[in-house]
Amino acid sequence: MKRFWSANNFTLTALSMLMAVVIGGVLIIISDATVLAKFGYFTARPSDAFESSWLLVSTAYADLLKGALGDPAVFSAWFSGEATWQQAFAPISETLTYAAPLVFTGLSVALAFRGGLFNIGAQGQAVLGCIAAGVAGFTFGLPIALNLIVAVVAGVLGGALWGFIPGLLKARTGAHEVITTIMLNYTAGLFLAWLVIQQGIQAPGRSDAISKAVAESAQLPSPGGVLRVHLGIILAVLTTAGVAWLLNKSAFGFEIRAVGANPHAAKTAGISVAKTYVLLMAVAGGLAGFGGATQVLGTAHALTPSVAGNIGFDGLLVALLGRTRPWGTLFAALLFGALRAGGNRMQSFSGISLELVTVLQALIVIFIAAPALVKAIFRLRASRATGLGASLAKG
Amino acid sequence: MANDHIDITVEPGEVHALLGENGAGKSTLMNQLYGLLQPDEGQIVVNDEPRVFKSPRDAIAAGIGMVHQHFMLVPVFTVAENIALGAEEVRGGPLGWLDRRRSRRDVIETSERYGLPVDPDALIEDLPVGAQQRVEIVKALTREVDLLILDEPTAVLTPQETEELLTVMRSLTAMGKSIVFITHKLKEVKAIADRITVIRRGQVVGTASPDTSEEELAALMVGRAVSLEVEKAPAEPGDSILKISGLVVDDDRGVRAVDGVDLEVRAGEVLGIAGVQGNGQTELVEAVMGLREVRAGAVHLEGEDLVGRSTKRILRSGVGYVPEDRSHDGVVKEFSVAENLILDMYDRAPFGNAFRIDGDSVASNAKHRVEQFDIRCQSPASLVGALSGGNQQKVVVAREMSRPLRLFIASQPTRGVDVGSIEFIHSRIIHERDQGTAVLVVSSELDEVVGLADRIAVMYRGRVLAIVSPDTPREEIGLLMAGITGDTPEGAK
Repeated sequence: MKRFWSANNFTLTALSMLMAVVIGGVLIIISDATVLAKFGYFTARPSDAFESSWLLVSTAYADLLKGALGDPAVFSAWFSGEATWQQAFAPISETLTYAAPLVFTGLSVALAFRGGLFNIGAQGQAVLGCIAAGVAGFTFGLPIALNLIVAVVAGVLGGALWGFIPGLLKARTGAHEVITTIMLNYTAGLFLAWLVIQQGIQAPGRSDAISKAVAESAQLPSPGGVLRVHLGIILAVLTTAGVAWLLNKSAFGFEIRAVGANPHAAKTAGISVAKTYVLLMAVAGGLAGFGGATQVLGTAHALTPSVAGNIGFDGLLVALLGRTRPWGTLFAALLFGALRAGGNRMQSFSGISLELVTVLQALIVIFIAAPALVKAIFRLRASRATGLGASLAKG
Repeated sequence: MANDHIDITVEPGEVHALLGENGAGKSTLMNQLYGLLQPDEGQIVVNDEPRVFKSPRDAIAAGIGMVHQHFMLVPVFTVAENIALGAEEVRGGPLGWLDRRRSRRDVIETSERYGLPVDPDALIEDLPVGAQQRVEIVKALTREVDLLILDEPTAVLTPQETEELLTVMRSLTAMGKSIVFITHKLKEVKAIADRITVIRRGQVVGTASPDTSEEELAALMVGRAVSLEVEKAPAEPGDSILKISGLVVDDDRGVRAVDGVDLEVRAGEVLGIAGVQGNGQTELVEAVMGLREVRAGAVHLEGEDLVGRSTKRILRSGVGYVPEDRSHDGVVKEFSVAENLILDMYDRAPFGNAFRIDGDSVASNAKHRVEQFDIRCQSPASLVGALSGGNQQKVVVAREMSRPLRLFIASQPTRGVDVGSIEFIHSRIIHERDQGTAVLVVSSELDEVVGLADRIAVMYRGRVLAIVSPDTPREEIGLLMAGITGDTPEGAK
């Protein structure tokens, strides 16, 4: 217990989530007119206000959990033969479906960050991944496994290209990657919107902005039915392992970490900082592109202007929540996926807007980004690693 | 804890030297006296009156002034403007105008009263370092301070400027001012101090009088007996290894920093480059290492042209390099000792290849080097940032010496390093020389260059003014460092 109350990362993350849930609860209460009315005669009968508030908030969060992990009622129905196992596992399937692309975009941001680069461009890179994977998916008509592999590789390369450009610009001209990647986000989004209404791309006979469907052989395999989960989540776990290996065990990872921590010392030791930046941005872009590819080949199966959703920007938050560590990023993505899946159920059952999930996500990240705040609120003991005093002493 | 129950008393009219290694807690102590840090315990008593200093303003009001190691002057302001800064003479109320004439007059008056000539109208950026320091002292004196703290004041000065500073200090104490003189240079302490307090690891370990020998003072500082002289046999120079001819290099602002330098370093000798910092030594070395663009001229390593090669290739041609700014260029503080020890060899045998790094061989290498180079750390997995400056430097030296070398280049190899580690690093450099490696040492500490070098090249404003023997009188080398050639024959061997 003593260790729990020292300011380590796990404790900070857990308490940040707790704070977000509490504030979210307050938001739920004040946005509900009926419950709010009961606060009108709070002094006369406070129990009314408390009871209805508790009921509202606990139902909402219960729906969130049921939508993310599973509903006990459905599980018992499955055991008594009144529901199928698919129905029981549908919530988890939703969580994993939403999480898969976020793992990739989160890894993209996290890896770049370890090399000292702030990749705001995961969104644009994911969009390029969507485009390349989608177009490859409905164009080539290759045999079954090959078609999928080609489409995934196309997505990765598309994202890599979109990462390579800002990397090259930074290495050659010193252009800051934050500026260039933001600009390339717009470029990618607008290019997608233009592309899906072009002849040869747009689905025949449709007047709205949607492309032809990806060939079935190029889609990521999925159990089907109510279970939307697909191979993407397995690829995401494997990729996380790959990125962890790359970062900690490979020569390139050593270069990334050295350049990220002290580019001057890296340069002095003979590491080419420029080359590392270019390669790193291409790899980070490729990861985000992979995320885009899983989105199109696993879930959407066709290109629309909003096919990539917000996966790139959410990837930023996921990487931050995962503290730019590969496995941490994976778990953060799962949490975001769970919030999103649970939010859907909360919206339809409790009538609470899906935007509350966005608020929760944002609050968690804000608290994590401002650890001093959480430490002050919970009066955590300063852990030695984060002590400020040590850095002030000088001979 | 940087300071652990320190008691120190400064009497009027004395120079009180505060002697200690880097990181001993000298600056921390003085920053409390000057109101930059607040003590957790204990008190400051000025003229029998306990005082609390919340900021330097309080300290100045109590008659305490400080000249920092890095000057706090605005380069584009004049001397008079800089001196007025913070205590501007204003006429016409709170929204009034600056009374420049009065500021100017104050400066002239103070500088005459204390015999410290400064030109009130000169721009700071045009002044040499010694004169800038004089401006800082005049600035403190115009605030009517009684106690002046000088934090490592001689680190940036030529030997002549140091002499002048000591004279100024003597005349100030003669006028009743007290001076706290922070340094780790034993010679200066002996020359000027009335009393010496030695600090080690935040504690006062002894007081000494100025007639204590240098060896005794050093032993007090380090906590054990140390040898101050570099012990070495006469060099046996072999073939020419490094040949620099007509080298021209610009600095970061595009200003010519190295302006036609010719140098030669032979196997088995140490060529020392002496010079006040900022005379092109840094740029010269960086150009040789491929870290800075060569504008003109050639650099050859046993006939191989190094110009245009990447730093990685140069390092792998058998060149070891210790950069001058350790924490900026030498180590990655977030990396472990083991990782820092392979920072430039991570992708070749036995540590790894183009793809992967072999953790076991990295760890066993670290274990071996930590022992061989006496690196004091909890374990090879400790972060380098947690090590003392001297041990960080040993990590860099160990790394650069852990492969067969043809040329070893060390810039300021012992800057910010404790006396004990200095001794060790010097002996390793001489050991490397005796193995037949060509060694190039750049240092702004004249003692270090004279102690290590077999030949000394003096650099001034981007040129090599002369190459002299280490037996040359200090004064002569000092004059060369100040750009005064006199009748020294060029290129003497």
